[in-house]
Amino acid sequence: MNDTLMADNIVEQAAAWRSAGRKVAVATVVATWGSSPRPVGSQMAVDDRGAMAGSVSGGCIESAVAHEAAKTMEDGEPRLLSFGITNEMAWEVGLACGGQVQVYVEAVE
Amino acid sequence: MKREILDRLVAAKKAAVPVALVTDLNSGLQTLVYEDAVHGGFGLEPDLLEEMRRRMRQDRSGLLTDPQDEDGFRLFVHVHNPAMRLLVVGAVHIAQALAPLAALTGYDVTVIDPRGAFATEARFPGVRLNHLWPDEALAELKPDVRTAVVTLTHDPKLDDPALIAALRSRAFYVGALGSKRTHALRLDRLRDEGLSEAEVKRIRGPVGLSIGAVTPAEIAISIMAQITCVRRGENHPC
Repeated sequence: MNDTLMADNIVEQAAAWRSAGRKVAVATVVATWGSSPRPVGSQMAVDDRGAMAGSVSGGCIESAVAHEAAKTMEDGEPRLLSFGITNEMAWEVGLACGGQVQVYVEAVE
Repeated sequence: MKREILDRLVAAKKAAVPVALVTDLNSGLQTLVYEDAVHGGFGLEPDLLEEMRRRMRQDRSGLLTDPQDEDGFRLFVHVHNPAMRLLVVGAVHIAQALAPLAALTGYDVTVIDPRGAFATEARFPGVRLNHLWPDEALAELKPDVRTAVVTLTHDPKLDDPALIAALRSRAFYVGALGSKRTHALRLDRLRDEGLSEAEVKRIRGPVGLSIGAVTPAEIAISIMAQITCVRRGENHPC
């Protein structure tokens, strides 16, 4: 079975990357409003080489979250990000996400 | 996130122990809440702790905020429960498609079949196999509210004991393969075994959502879709 597709293994992935000596940040959807694409609790892990596992939206905000995750890896400060995924923005990136999400980004010590 | 908290979280998940990671979004501190213990960066009032354990039982992650003060505490409760389980009775062709599909959906799958020629590693690579008779297997595996049971053998000697055990458990989904005629005969047999009308009505049969499925893989999709619908689709007909 392809582990990267499994529903809920992001903390395991984060631990594995950290154990391999890489810097890691974990992003978690903590609140949603409207028709947001991924439910509360959805997670994405990002490492210092830009590798990503999991998702926090249908592909709409992952790049922006990865960018913030890189800052969190640098300064160790958690960040609470809010995204309103408007239709205009969705159009720009070619995805129809809709909804609003709040994403908490934290580094793994 | 402290490495120690992450390691404990990973260990709890590996051991299939329910746990919630509670993050104070104001301070970044984190605490792990177990069913019978708490470990981490901050303590919790008994009423908050009870609310978190309620959410664990409901499998419901989310924010908990201070009702008295909008600048008060903001806690994110992330519930990590053990995987849902699917018990498949009958190591038949459809099971060969259903087992990997269910695993992909996040279910912990066991295929039960006492017939050694069917339940083989060659036919089910990487799938957990149980060679007990279905009623003994279910007595051992104890279906709970996070368990789905599907019978696929078409053989009453195997399917019926499994269904009786499943219907007397708290399994959230019980499905049985077979045509409408087969299913009607099955219900008669189960009534004769002393099951109530409410109990036999719990069986989804003919199993699966009606999508015109023909091949084993398509039937597996219809079954997995129905299980998903029963679990998630509060306002959908399943």
